[in-house]
Amino acid sequence: MKQTRTHQVMELFLTFFRIGLFTFGGGYAMIPVIREEIVTRRHWLTDSDILDIVAIAESTPGPIAVNAATFVGKKTAGTAGAAAATFGTVLPSFLIIFALSSVLRQFEEIQAVKYAFIGIRAAVLVLIFQGLVSLYRACPKGPMEMILMGLSFLLTVLFNVNAVYVIAACGLIGYLVNGRRKKDDDQDS
Amino acid sequence: MIRILELFLTFFRIGLFTFGGGYAMLPMIQQEVVRHNWMSIEDLVNFIAVSESTPGPFAINVSTYIGAETAGFAGASAATAGVVLPSFLVISIVAAGYERFRTSQTVSGVMSGLRPAVIGLIGAALYSVGSAVLFPDGASVRPGLFGFSLAICGIVLFLRMKKQAHPILLILLSAVLGIVAGYAGLFG
Repeated sequence: MKQTRTHQVMELFLTFFRIGLFTFGGGYAMIPVIREEIVTRRHWLTDSDILDIVAIAESTPGPIAVNAATFVGKKTAGTAGAAAATFGTVLPSFLIIFALSSVLRQFEEIQAVKYAFIGIRAAVLVLIFQGLVSLYRACPKGPMEMILMGLSFLLTVLFNVNAVYVIAACGLIGYLVNGRRKKDDDQDS
Repeated sequence: MIRILELFLTFFRIGLFTFGGGYAMLPMIQQEVVRHNWMSIEDLVNFIAVSESTPGPFAINVSTYIGAETAGFAGASAATAGVVLPSFLVISIVAAGYERFRTSQTVSGVMSGLRPAVIGLIGAALYSVGSAVLFPDGASVRPGLFGFSLAICGIVLFLRMKKQAHPILLILLSAVLGIVAGYAGLFG
């Protein structure tokens, strides 16, 4: 039993290292790969666990990739598993970016690269815009949502309000408006 | 040492108050990076392209990079550990009783307020990043650069939304067009 758990922790580290190394585009791109590795190939978790992972990763703080790795690790092999999976996900990025960081500045001094980045920066605007559009499409659009969206935007643009306060205030408002409605028929205490 | 601690605490805060994937982290990163003078907005936008073209999540890439630029290996480790730790702790706790968490009215209430906030914040980040990219010199517009950037935006928007082109492909294409336009003297 002890043997298999140590083995599983190692496997988790290696699996998530590979996932971190070969997934471009962040957390959501990782979900199908995690499903393939963990559900289809190793049968450590089920499909419905994967759905739960997405739901939970979205409603807890932090990057989706780290949330998903920690969750899978924890479910599969406890806290050691969570640490191994998280470390595995983070390590490839860390090593690659750390290696790049020493040369990136010099690279950016080259005239052709400067020109290239003028084009690239415009493309990045579109990528951010597209991410924004897909979030907007997925969000319900009741009166409260539209007001919070508008206020968050305006307060930040006009008064440069710290995003932490915006997040905290909007979370509180959401709780006050929608978080207590079913309190009467909530029997879990 | 102070700088390392500051990196850790700042990225811990960023990790703790970011909800959602993709560019949800951008508003906080942008605010903190500007406040601490760790990077210019232009450098941050350049780095988004680097991050899209290298493996791994944006959050990890950007914290490692800013940490390394500010305080070398120790800085990179501190920033990355900081951004990861809130997730790790929260998920470790939630995973035990996740059925209750998933169906909790309190959680879904809080999320109903957070989701639109994140959209508004990313919109605000896009606004300030957009102004920095399109008007790098403030009020004095450079017509060549401005026109070129708008053209790239149009082309990339079309290829991304209508043809579902891959982001790395679009970054490469816009890099090539930038080099061509630059040597053609378009940017003055």
